[in-house]
This record gives sequence, structure tokens and C-alpha cells, in this order.
Amino acid sequence: MKEVIFYLLIIGAGTGGELCVSRAMKAVGEVKDFRPAALLGVASRALRVPWMWVGLSLMGTAFFALLAVLSIENVSLVVPVTALSYAGGALGGRFFLGEQVTRRRWTGVLLVCVGVALVIIGRR
Amino acid sequence: MRSSGGLHFKTYLLIFMMVIFGPLGNVLLGKGMKRIGTASMGTPAEAFNLLSRVLSSGTIWLGIGSLITFFAAYMLVLSWADYSYVQPASSVAYGMVALLAHFMLREVVTPLRWLGVLIICLGVLVVGHTPPRTTEPSQ
Repeated sequence: MKEVIFYLLIIGAGTGGELCVSRAMKAVGEVKDFRPAALLGVASRALRVPWMWVGLSLMGTAFFALLAVLSIENVSLVVPVTALSYAGGALGGRFFLGEQVTRRRWTGVLLVCVGVALVIIGRR
Repeated sequence: MRSSGGLHFKTYLLIFMMVIFGPLGNVLLGKGMKRIGTASMGTPAEAFNLLSRVLSSGTIWLGIGSLITFFAAYMLVLSWADYSYVQPASSVAYGMVALLAHFMLREVVTPLRWLGVLIICLGVLVVGHTPPRTTEPSQ
């Protein structure tokens, strides 16, 4: 039961955090200059976007839940289980970020999810 | 929508970094947490004790460093590519996690689990043939 709560936190807070960070980075705009000073400027601009702070907080929560479950289960099980966030990620990308998720991309996401399911079933 | 070779090159380069550093970070965290072991967090003192053991582990810090590198690459690529493109494309990292867990941590990965990893990689291949951006860039 404890593991389930940790997995839910990893998936829910992790996906939510990534969506918020993605939204913040879209607001910052495309990074074209990769010199250190320019990247520091990008980081500074990103940290002024409120969505970034929401995202970082959620991702921090997911990180500590990941640490907790890694003390109990094997990495080769834990990490694939966290990929259950793919369905939520695609839905979030479509409805939260307004991205066009094509049928082909949905097919890829579906295949990834089937693979993840087999990884879980293949638990010894 | 821009679909130049340059855009694809930097997208693939950063996704490659994500595929290397993300799994490495997770495996190092797993190794560190296995050494620390399960612990009760029933009282604030127990939770503080666990946190101090976590933060004094060199392996955990190496894992955190790898994940920070992963996260930096991830944020950069998200500044131009769709989240729903980047997230599945980076899922090849699951194959890398299984490989690293098998060889670095001696975890047993069953044939069914390897098959699952193969299907994940197939899904990634399908996703990789879709355009990296479907929304207009911000000005």
C-alpha cells in the first residue's frame, strides 16, 4: 500500500511538474544561444515564470517519493512503472499546453504503454 | 512550424543526453538507497535521521548530479519542442535503465521484461517520426 502511494506521487506530481515546467519554458521561448552566460540568462528568465516554481515544487515531491520507493523496490521495476505517466503526459500536452498530438504519436505512446505493462507483468 | 536540420540536430543531441544521464541518475539513486535501506519515518527524528543519511551518501549525490544534467537538457529541449514529443522520445531511457540495472546492480531482468523494453523502443521509433513542434514559438 505504501508503494502505491509513492507511485501515485511520482506519477501525479512528476507529470504535473513536467507540464508546468514545459509551460514555463514555452513562455521563455526557444533557446538558440548555448554559451554559459546566455544559458544563465535563460535560467534567470525561467525562474521569473511562476509556472516554473509550481513545476519545481511538484517535481521535488516526486523526487522524494522516488527515493522512498527505490529503497524498497528494484530500479528495473520502479522506473518503468513511472512511465504510466505517458498517458497523462499526452493528455496534458493536448489539453493543458494546446499541442496537437497526432494519431501516429498516440500510436507510439500506446506502444510505449504496452511495453511498460509487459515490463510490470515480467516481475519475478 | 520550422523543420530544419538544425532544429532536429539539437533536439536529438539533447534527447541523447537525457537518455544517458536520466537512467544513470536513477540507477545511482537506486544503488544509494539500497545501501541506506528501508527506514521508518514515523517521527520527525526518524525522518531527519533518514534525510541526513541520504544527504551524506556520495552515490546519491552522483545520482542527483546526473539527474540535474538530465533536467537541464530536458528544460532546454522543452523550450522549442512539444512536451508530448519529448516525453515519449526520451522513453528509450527505460531500455538504458534495464541495461544499467542488470550490469551495474546485478538485478535480474526477465525475458518478458526485456520484451517490454523492446516494445517501448518500438513506440519511441514511431514517435520519432512525428514533427518536434506543433505549436507556434513564442516571441
